[in-house]
Amino acid sequence: MDNKTRHVLECLEEDAKISHEEIATLAGLTIDEVDNIVKELEESGVIRKYKTVIDWDLAGDENVYAIIELEVSLERSIGYLPLVERLYRFPEVRSVRLLSGQYDLSLTVSGKTMKEVAFFVAEKISTLEQVQHTTTHFVLKTYKEDGVILHEQDHVSRLPVTP
Amino acid sequence: MRKACTPSKFVADVMNKVPPSGIRRYFDLASGLEDVISLGVGEPDYVTPWHIREACIHSLECGETSYTSNYGLIELREELADYYAAKYGVNYNPNTEILVTSGVSEALDVAIRAITNPGDEIIVVQPSYVAYVPSVMFAGGVPVIVSTKLENNFKLTAEELEAAITPKTKAVIINYPNNPTGATMGKADLEAIADVVCEHDIMVISDEVYDCLTYNGGHTCFSSLEGMRERTILLNGFSKAYAMTGFRMAYAMASPKIISAMMLIHQYSMLCAPITAQIGAIEALKNGHHEMEKMVRDYDRRRHLIVSGLNRIGLKCFEPKGAFYVFPSVESTGLSSEEFAERLMNEKRVVTIPGNVFGEAGTGFLRCSYATSKDEIEKALERIEAFVNGL
Repeated sequence: MDNKTRHVLECLEEDAKISHEEIATLAGLTIDEVDNIVKELEESGVIRKYKTVIDWDLAGDENVYAIIELEVSLERSIGYLPLVERLYRFPEVRSVRLLSGQYDLSLTVSGKTMKEVAFFVAEKISTLEQVQHTTTHFVLKTYKEDGVILHEQDHVSRLPVTP
Repeated sequence: MRKACTPSKFVADVMNKVPPSGIRRYFDLASGLEDVISLGVGEPDYVTPWHIREACIHSLECGETSYTSNYGLIELREELADYYAAKYGVNYNPNTEILVTSGVSEALDVAIRAITNPGDEIIVVQPSYVAYVPSVMFAGGVPVIVSTKLENNFKLTAEELEAAITPKTKAVIINYPNNPTGATMGKADLEAIADVVCEHDIMVISDEVYDCLTYNGGHTCFSSLEGMRERTILLNGFSKAYAMTGFRMAYAMASPKIISAMMLIHQYSMLCAPITAQIGAIEALKNGHHEMEKMVRDYDRRRHLIVSGLNRIGLKCFEPKGAFYVFPSVESTGLSSEEFAERLMNEKRVVTIPGNVFGEAGTGFLRCSYATSKDEIEKALERIEAFVNGL
């Protein structure tokens, strides 16, 4: 990846709302160059989506999150994909990851209440044919989300003028 | 009754000749103000990367709290030797040619003292870091100023250097990338300087503390030039590249004779650099590259932002290729550097440093550091624009 592209991506990762004019100033590019780079990145799928990280607890709309570990059985010549495709279509499922180790898959599931999440797992996930075993961990507090620290930031206390 | 003491009588004469740092004055003025945006800070606005802090914490947990060799931990010197060999192709013996110091300031002081006899002339290229001239004076040397110019992009030319050399000249202090201008010197520029240095048989003290902070092109290490290794005292540190200012961690590299002379002063004044900071420096060299590169890319974006903003406002500013300072001219406003900086601070609460603090050559300029957040830079630019429009 060239330096120009990296600058553009880092600007967008830092602030999805940033304008192309601002990126052009920050990266020392023309607006046309930024337009072209962003278009290319969107079309190639490098940029998947422009997203906002929200502290829902702070917003006063608390959701319950749980991490569900799944042990699954695979039939010969059929991989994980058919099961994964069923799992990621549930709107309650926020992320699906294939893991190494004791469990095969990890899901992040959200709901309004613990009961809602528990019923979703019991009725929709555990009952799937390939799912052998589930372990549910409820999230008590999120300190960092998508690289953004929600709890507190490192504080730099600098003198107003230094030698 | 015993005779009364007059302490001032005992202060060495040289102390009365060295003025206090002009930056210090701005520190005092800015300290009492609220809602201040500071572009006066010559240090990264990042906290030292966590893995470096963690290495220090772990070392303390392990009870590593002792003195080290006067030269510094051999592991650190070996890492430094490997780093320079890989990055610049210049080889230093970690046993005899590297001295770990407490900050580049100490390295600079020790280097000057190690080579200066009373009356020796040391050339200082200005605008420059404020410590160079006083350090020469403390060592009993005579500072000889060479002023660089905006029309040469604040580069030192061979002609300017040659014109300042006399039979008493012992060395020249250069600093590229430069504080306060952000100027850099390419390989060809430095080769021309090297020719003059050899021709007149003088030393070079090369302060390369900003070597990692270059944009649009790499840095040329002065001692990597042909024949320059023996003529160079190379100074560098961890403060700027790895956001480790408070660690006071730096080093000098030179031939064994010079390093052993420097070590003698270091041994009797400092003894050794703090071990915890040395452990942090080893971790920085081993695993800090990725974080450092990210910081440099971020500085690069802020550099574009501040240069374009200042030029838009009418404070003409050449594009610096290194360090994290811009050096705009305030001549168009009709104010002197000091008037501009003081009024900007008092009326708009933006702290900058007048260029003349860094020597006569900085008259008519301001030093603005962009090692501060994008939001702060944008706010500062708005306030500067309002100030200039209101003149």
